[in-house]
Amino acid sequence: MILVYVECRDFKIKQSSLEALSEAKRRGDEIGIETTAVLVGHAVDALAPEVFRYGASKVYILENALLAHYSPSGFTQALVSLIEEIKPEIILFAATSMGKDLSPRLAAELGVSLASDCIQTAAKNGKLEVKRPIFAGKAFASFMLNSSPQMASLRPNVFPLAEPVDGHGETIKKEVVIPENQVKDKVTEILKAEGAELDVTEADIVVTGGRGMKGPENFDLLRELTAVLPHSALGASRSAVDAEWIDHQHQVGQTGKTVSPSLYMAFGVSGAIQHLAGMSSSKFIVAVNKDPDAPIFKVADFGIVGDLFQVIPPLKEELKKILSE
Amino acid sequence: MNLFVFVKRVPDTESKIKINHETNSIVEEGLNFVLSPYDEYAVEEALQIREAKGGQVTVFSVGPDETQTILKKCLAMGADEAVLIKDGAGETYDSLRTAKIISQVLKTKHTQFDLLLFGKQSVGADSAQVPSMVAALLDLPQVNVVTDLEIEGNAGSALREIEGAREKVTFMLPAVVSAQKGLNEPRYETLKGIMAAKRKEIPVVTLEELGIQPDELTIQLELTKIESPPARERGKIIEDEPGEAAKKLAEFLHQDAKVI
Repeated sequence: MILVYVECRDFKIKQSSLEALSEAKRRGDEIGIETTAVLVGHAVDALAPEVFRYGASKVYILENALLAHYSPSGFTQALVSLIEEIKPEIILFAATSMGKDLSPRLAAELGVSLASDCIQTAAKNGKLEVKRPIFAGKAFASFMLNSSPQMASLRPNVFPLAEPVDGHGETIKKEVVIPENQVKDKVTEILKAEGAELDVTEADIVVTGGRGMKGPENFDLLRELTAVLPHSALGASRSAVDAEWIDHQHQVGQTGKTVSPSLYMAFGVSGAIQHLAGMSSSKFIVAVNKDPDAPIFKVADFGIVGDLFQVIPPLKEELKKILSE
Repeated sequence: MNLFVFVKRVPDTESKIKINHETNSIVEEGLNFVLSPYDEYAVEEALQIREAKGGQVTVFSVGPDETQTILKKCLAMGADEAVLIKDGAGETYDSLRTAKIISQVLKTKHTQFDLLLFGKQSVGADSAQVPSMVAALLDLPQVNVVTDLEIEGNAGSALREIEGAREKVTFMLPAVVSAQKGLNEPRYETLKGIMAAKRKEIPVVTLEELGIQPDELTIQLELTKIESPPARERGKIIEDEPGEAAKKLAEFLHQDAKVI
């Protein structure tokens, strides 16, 4: 059995969990094992039908009021008791903030190793081989998962979502018994960032500004562009973040986030090696920069040598026109 | 407060990564090894907590003899003590192995602590697992990717970065906290610190002394291949009147790339 941890935020399932479930189903069918999912929290059973639509034949619901808010220790306790009972061969997570926090705790609790942030999986002799970036994408390493259970987390925005089916399955509700003192780390509040901005790791389109933006006020130009583009997020280079023009949450590159959107748009970004590492796996890259020798042009599918302040306004209008058609 | 910080020696972020396909490993020759960037925030945070509340900062690293260099840097920044846990295994990419070694140190040799600080991930292996694994093995609370930390008595509260938001997490000490950029501004070493660090002995702990059986450290992630990312080809670069250039770019995105 493959068990996929399905993450909920605000009573909604994370898209990256559905991507992980889609990939689990593909590998599960290939290996010839069942694909199942687990939801942890309070009042999450209403979400089960959506999980069936992406190929799970069973959904385990681990329910406890103490788990209404995320707690790595509490969630781990709940998952360990289920896993000891159902003994899955493979456990997959989406490598989201929660997935990256929870999966290693669970792995250590189970005494197994974990491959994080994988970008490819393959079935070999009934086991999983996974590929993951190292050095923020300057190299890729592949691993056979030799532990039992095998565990991996999958990078968001990389694995294709399956066509949803009119699926049905079995919902198995488990009352979780956890002493309150076993919930050692509790989320007590969630402070949303300015606006309801999408994270760069989750966006289809990332619009990034670098040193060429010249100042914090000019990032509004890029915000206007992201307002036009569907499912887009605002990124920044390290120099823009270090100059305090924009919050570090937006930083793309080796000391920021690694992204693989369908489209990466770089404005005034020179393309330092650390930055290129973090975005070179984007499907399409376009760049606007004054300097024709900027390294970013070496990876760009389309580049404009020119003044970004003169290019962005007409570009926004052109894109608006195309999108409204 | 007894503050422990765990650091790693990694190639600096400027490094070009070359692969030896015969040994299936990264070519280390010519690389400049440094204290992993996120670990600097962890060291700085420990120093600031000590300055505010008193106590002692001890820095640990698992690695080869060469790791002394980054431990000296931590001492020069102001750490009181440093300990090298000598491990000749090289980069295994297996975080559980490292977490087992660290937790054994904390169970047997250095058992008194209030806070275990880490960088949110090492730069290189990029696994972001060791802090959570150590927390699990020692049954401690954990908060990862922290940009703000408050300690009051034996309780803590931290902000951790998640997608488009920050989570406030409360916990009791002792606890595991991993540092994200933004937590603080790491200080530079002072000349006085560098001189003092030079003279300071760094005790070495071996895996045998810790009583870890080799089979407990079996690598469960079997490295099958290291490869370079697929090379990207330089695309079309134009130099045009801005309005015209913008139009061509929009057309490219719509008609060729089909992403808009």
